[in-house]
Amino acid sequence: MEIKLTVNGTTRSDEVEPRLLLIHYLREVCGLRAANIGCDTTSCGACTVLLDEESVKSCTVLAVQANGRSVTTAEGLVDEDGTMSVIQRAFRQNHGLQCGFCTPGMVMAATSLLAENPHPSEQQVREGLEGNFCRCTGYHNIVRAVLAAAEALSQPSEDAETGVGA
Amino acid sequence: MIPAQFEYEMADSVSQALELLAEHGEDAKLLAGGHSLLPMMKLRLATPAMLIDIARIGELAGIRADGDELVIGATTRYADIVSSGLVRAEVPLLAHAAAQVGDPQIRHRGTIGGSLAHSDPAADLPMTLVALGGSLEITGPSGVRTVPADEFFTGFFESVLEPDELLTAVRVPRGGSVPWGYQKFVRRANDWAIVGVAAYDGRVALASMGVTPIRALGVEEALRAGAPAAEAALRAVEGTSAGSDFHADKSYREHLARVLTRRALEGKTG
Repeated sequence: MEIKLTVNGTTRSDEVEPRLLLIHYLREVCGLRAANIGCDTTSCGACTVLLDEESVKSCTVLAVQANGRSVTTAEGLVDEDGTMSVIQRAFRQNHGLQCGFCTPGMVMAATSLLAENPHPSEQQVREGLEGNFCRCTGYHNIVRAVLAAAEALSQPSEDAETGVGA
Repeated sequence: MIPAQFEYEMADSVSQALELLAEHGEDAKLLAGGHSLLPMMKLRLATPAMLIDIARIGELAGIRADGDELVIGATTRYADIVSSGLVRAEVPLLAHAAAQVGDPQIRHRGTIGGSLAHSDPAADLPMTLVALGGSLEITGPSGVRTVPADEFFTGFFESVLEPDELLTAVRVPRGGSVPWGYQKFVRRANDWAIVGVAAYDGRVALASMGVTPIRALGVEEALRAGAPAAEAALRAVEGTSAGSDFHADKSYREHLARVLTRRALEGKTG
């Protein structure tokens, strides 16, 4: 069937099989490879994207379920001039990654988390990321990155990346 | 993993969903959030020929007060229940239970009706609805019937829902000040309960202690007779039929049921 949706701000329509999963649609039809396929069983969170601004696991959503809606991947957080989002920069600044496989999912989950709760405690960040696994077990720096991003976002007049260089 | 092929229809109304169900019979499955159905389809444990998407039927979503009950539409998502001021104030046990389901991404998709219709005896909301003494509104070709939660679950992933029926709403009693407790024992974040207990106003329901969520009637009887929580909880295993798996054997589950029932009766959450 034909679906029409917005992907990273661009409206597009595609003919898809009803059984096409959103993660396969994004990776193979749209060519967006940030979201990864990890466990493929709704557990690991590597495939997390935003559906109408809320985090979802795209291995467990059909592309047809996104018909008429808006999808954002990690590519969509980057400005046209290549400037990363505050949350993406906070991950880099705080070394919130090791191998990097979980990172796009972590960033999208964190984006959704901070939209719902702009001032989370450390415990709320840890609980808010419970749907995302880092098999390098680099959780401490990931949590620090999200807390730093929350701090930066609450002070819009200051550059989140002061002293780091773009 | 890719599901087997199926046809897909988006229903605009309850009546259209019922027409599609009547037309396709047992070959059809209803799709809301899909967080129980799609994993089963990816594993080919379920291979419906037709999916009827009910997620955008406006009349099926939302939370409202109706007399001494809250009415929660079947496609209301866990996240909407968790964030609902009405649910948090009037049925805090339900808000707490919904917050224990999966993780934020799952709670953005999964629905209360989906969880109940799926009828997993290890899940949070079936047990919670039994403890609350809630009821389910089911719409079929001949109209609406209301089934008490105690009578809804009939077996392992089985309920009284007929193939031509649609679960449309859930009713729970308003009782913001009623004492409640909730215990969910898991080894890892995100897991189903190895044993779960929900307690509400002298009613106690258990998860993962049989093929359906189970009322701990022995515990309730002891409480009515005036027994303290620790003593009443010793009867938590009466009427259960816990299984053994690699998480826990039967005797360990029974031990957990007694300990967790005591904690739930003491109003603890965890």
